[in-house]
Parts: sequence; C-alpha cells; structure tokens
Amino acid sequence: MTTEATSSPAPKTPAPGSMSAQEKKNAREDRGGVRGWYGRQPKIVRIVLGVVFAALAFLLPYVGEIPLLGPQIVTQGIDWPSALFNMSYYVLLALGLNVVVGFAGLLDLGYVGFFAVGAYTVALLSSPDSVLRTEWGWLAAVPIGLAVAMLSGLVLGYPTLRLRGDYLAIVTLGFAEIIRIVATSTETLRGDRGFSDIPHPPGEFSDGKPIFGVADAIPYYWLGLAVIILVIFAVRNLDNSRVGRSWLAIREDQEAAEIMGVRTIKYKLWAFAIGAFIGGLGGVMFAGQQGFMNSQTFILQFSILVLAGVVMGGSGNIAGAILGGALISYIPDRLRGIEDPIWHTDLFGFRFAIFGAVIIAIMIFRPQGLIPSRRRAMELKDREKEVAPIE
Amino acid sequence: MSEPHIETPQEADAANAGPVDRAGPKDNATAKPIGDVLLEVDNVTLRFGGVVALNEVSFSLRKGEIFGLIGPNGAGKTTCFNAMTGVYRPTSGGIRFQGQSIVGKKKHEITRGGIARTFQNVRLFPEMTALENVMVGADAHHKTSVIAALFRLPRHHREERTGRDRSYQLLRFVGIEHRAGDVARNLSYGEQRRLEIARALATNPTLLCLDEPAAGFNPAEKKELLALIRKIRDSGVTVLLIEHDMRLVMGVTDRIVVLEFGKKIAEGTPAEVRDNPAVIAAYLGVPTDAA
Repeated sequence: MTTEATSSPAPKTPAPGSMSAQEKKNAREDRGGVRGWYGRQPKIVRIVLGVVFAALAFLLPYVGEIPLLGPQIVTQGIDWPSALFNMSYYVLLALGLNVVVGFAGLLDLGYVGFFAVGAYTVALLSSPDSVLRTEWGWLAAVPIGLAVAMLSGLVLGYPTLRLRGDYLAIVTLGFAEIIRIVATSTETLRGDRGFSDIPHPPGEFSDGKPIFGVADAIPYYWLGLAVIILVIFAVRNLDNSRVGRSWLAIREDQEAAEIMGVRTIKYKLWAFAIGAFIGGLGGVMFAGQQGFMNSQTFILQFSILVLAGVVMGGSGNIAGAILGGALISYIPDRLRGIEDPIWHTDLFGFRFAIFGAVIIAIMIFRPQGLIPSRRRAMELKDREKEVAPIE
Repeated sequence: MSEPHIETPQEADAANAGPVDRAGPKDNATAKPIGDVLLEVDNVTLRFGGVVALNEVSFSLRKGEIFGLIGPNGAGKTTCFNAMTGVYRPTSGGIRFQGQSIVGKKKHEITRGGIARTFQNVRLFPEMTALENVMVGADAHHKTSVIAALFRLPRHHREERTGRDRSYQLLRFVGIEHRAGDVARNLSYGEQRRLEIARALATNPTLLCLDEPAAGFNPAEKKELLALIRKIRDSGVTVLLIEHDMRLVMGVTDRIVVLEFGKKIAEGTPAEVRDNPAVIAAYLGVPTDAA
C-alpha cells in the first residue's frame, strides 16, 4: 500500500495545479490503519463521520444507559457528567499545550499558569468576594479573562522565547509557580480563602430554571464540548497552513528555518499566545462551573499532568492530545470509589502511582504516543519499509 | 586537513583540463548579464576571542556571475558565508547588498532581502516532505497572517496554491519532482542536496550562496550539479559558490577569490587564480605537507 502511493507513475509531468492535488492525496493515502482509511474517503464521507463522532461525544453523558458496557465506563465516586466536564477542560488544556509543545516544540512546564490567569480574571471580575466589586456576569468576564491570559502568554514569551529547550522549561516552570505563590500570598487574590459565588454561564430554560445550575453538569459538558470542537477547527486550520509549517520548521531546525525566512520569534510567540488563550479558555470554563476556586487549585502537578497527557496521547497530533487529555482526567475519576483489595482504601489515593505505571508502560510500548502525529507515523512506516523492502 | 591534499593530484589535472570545457558555453552565456555590483564585502574582520577567522577580507560580486570562494579547510569560507547571511556579525568592516548595509540585520530579513543559502552539511527539515520543505522557503514572501490562516481567508488559499505550485516547479527545476511527497529524510544524499537548493531558490533570491554543494558527489553527479548551477545563473540568479573541488570551481565560475587563514590571497578569473603562485602554495599543496 505504501509503494503504490509513492512510486505511482502519475507524478511525472502533468500541470502543477493538478499535480499538487495528487501529491496531497498521496500524502493522505500513505497512512495505514484507521487514519489512512479515513484519509482515503471522499470529503463528504469524512464530514459525515466527523458529525457522527461529534454527536456520539454529545451523547456521552447517557452512556451509562447502555446495558452491560455502560456501567463499566461511567465513574462511580463522582457523578458521570461532572467527570465528563472535568475531561472537557483537561482536553482543552491538552489541545492548547499541544500547540506549544507538539507543534512549536517549546517545552512548557508551567502551562497551568495560563489556566490560572484565565480563571482568576473571571473570579476577580465576577465574584462578590473580589476587591473590584464589579460582579459582572460570567459571559461578560470571559473575553477579558481570555485577553488577559493571551497577554500573559505574550508577556512571558517575549523575553523568554530566545531560550531553548531545558532553559525555557525552567522559566515556564517558574512562571506557574510565581502565579501560584502570588495567588497564595496577595490579599487581592485571597490565597486559600479563594473566591466563591463565581456566577455560572447565563441562560434559562422556558420554566425559568437556569441551564447552568449547580446540580446538573451535563450542560457544562456540552458547553465544553462545543468549545473543544471550535478549538479543534482553529488549531487544525493553523496546523495546515504556513503557520503550522513554520512551527514544524522551527521545531526541526530553528536556525535553518530562520535562514529560510521564517520569523522564528514571531511564530513562537504566536504559539505561546494561542496556547495561553486556549489555557485561559479552560480556566474560565472551570471558574464558571465550580463557582469556587482558590490558590490550591493551580498546583504544579496540574501542569505536569497535562503535559503527561499530551505526550501520552501523541505529541503534535490533535487527536492524540484529545485522547491524552481525556485519559488524564478520566483515569483518576474512574478510580474514585473503588476499594483496593489489600488495604481497603479508595483507589483514588493511588492515582499517581497507577498513572506513573501507565505512563511508563506507554513510553515503553508506544513511545510516540497512543495516536502519534503524522510525522511519527511516517517514521514508523519507514522503519517497516526498511525491514521488508517491496518492489 | 588531509582530505584536500589527497585529492590534490586529481584536482591539478582537473584544473588543467578545466579551461577547455569551461571556455565554450560559459563565455557566450555570461558576457552580457554581468552587471552592477550586487554584494560588497568591505574590509570584513571577524574575531572569535583571539582567533581571527576573517582578516580584512574584501571582494565584490557582480550581478549575473558565478563567483567562487575557495581555500583550504579552515580558511574562513563558511565563516564568510555566515557573516553575509547574518549568522555572525563582523567585528569590523561592512557588507552591502544592493547598496544597503546588511550588517546587524536579522537572518530572516536578509533572506527576504534576496540572499539565500544552502548548508555545508545538509540542513533540511527531515520530517517534512520535500514539497513542504520548499514551501517553507516560498512562505518567506507570503503575507498570510495567523488570523488569515486561522479563518481560512481567501489570501490563505491563494498563497497556499501559488506556493505549492511554485514549490513543485522548483522541485522539477532541480530534477526531483518525483520525490515531492516523500519526507526529506528518505531522500538520497544527492536528492537532499538538490532539495536544499530548491528550498533556497523558493525564497526568490537575487543571490544564491551554495556551501560546498558537491561535497560527497561522484563525478557524474558533479557534472549534473554543474549544469544545474549554470541553469540557475541563466535564470537570473547570481551564484556564490564555496567549493573544494577544483574541477567544479574552474569549470563553472567567472571569478574566484581565494582565502587562506582568513585572508584573501588572490582574486581573478579561474585561469589567473590557477597560475597564481600563492594559490598553488596554499591550496594545491605545499612541499612541507608532501611527505
């Protein structure tokens, strides 16, 4: 299957326009497995499949209704829609971090900082506990929260993006810690006491009950899912453009990229800003659902966890980031309320140990991630070719 | 150090044979297009700590010529390249391109200004396809903003299309269009070298700098490369060539500058340079090294 695409006699002399379309198709057909099959389908089939997939995602809160299989999937110690909502903002964070780490290749260990900035901005503007006393609605605070998060990405990025690799990682790590410590120790940000009564998203049913209430997390999950879908489109568009190409070039050889005319600082800053924006998006959603937050929410573990999710799912691949983000939230929630057989405590307490084991296993058996990026997939395919040369 | 000396006898032969296959096609083709000064390297000195990598080097390139920069290993050829493309900043002296100083300009600005280069050891984007590699170069002159890419505005589609077409044409120009969809890492060494040239050409340069493009090539490949370099010049691009292989240099260049230990020791046509005693001593092997 691989050779028919690369050595087909077609690419000899046809007009450039038709040629490039052919090349594009070849690149898609090159892939094996499910994604290769998906890529070979006509556009309409791919759209329909996408819609079906999204619809299934929207129906996830009702998965427990499925006999036999359903109860295995739903969480026990936490109500299922809440677990789904948790997954949704972890997925958002993973998608955002994937832009920074997976696409642009900038190791960011302090990603939770942007999440915190988004959440705190909303809290400051809307909570009655805030010194600002503005008490805006959630929706009004959201754009400000996102703008401030994005700005914080630029402010952090501008002086630090000249650093590379480990050095950048240390600086971003410091950034997240600074945010947390400032939140803990400044009076305005209220430390451990936190902000309560952050308003929920607006909207009412016809009978006057709010759509986004306290008890039912399903609407929040749906909101999160809708936001995720928009983010997927946005990130995908960027990846399949000169922006994504520039990011990839920077990741592979920054100096060569620069000499080929890529404005490396600009595109790295954009990666940071976009990542920060998406992280802030997670933050404002989180604030809107929880209604309460304090400085303990934004511990370093959070950043590491999201990064682990991205790497586990497949760095540089959108589907991988989604899966990874969902898993890092789902696995601990699924462990809640299950008794371990030896000490008879909640397995949730062992979540990091189990996690660690899972991550080690994945790194051993599938180091490129569960759903590797196209580049990684190609790399693997090449190795297969080396083993069994066709032709 | 030893490598060029091993080659020396062949090179000397090659040099003798050089003018014959050089004279015919070249003189006719180049008589006209050579024109104004394109790039001026003016008294450039570059020090790394106590090491003087370039010592008051001056030369100038004229539009439409193929210019050779030669010298033994460590003579400062690549350093000179790096100073011209913004990788290093000269300690003193000036570099002017089309009349404007480019000292202190950023690398991407210099590229957009019209100087493109390849690398001595191939530096492609290994996981990108050949076509994508070239498209990165083509993007240098694209104006699609991040916002336009995000919302797929018409400019994005237009520039993607023209960029892809142009990149494909360039792949055909260097003769590797059949590898367009393959990742660069999987291309053969010769194809990678060609791809690098295509990528550099995609930035639409006025001046193309090739850093030892024939390194590791067999004679047949070198001959093809020679033809390609001429083709590039005939398409209106001035070419600056760093090369070890004397046959190649003598066969294709219009003028040559010879560097040794960071200093210019000779300048002139291939024939003049070949007969220059200083060059023979420095480049073609010296008695002390003969044993």
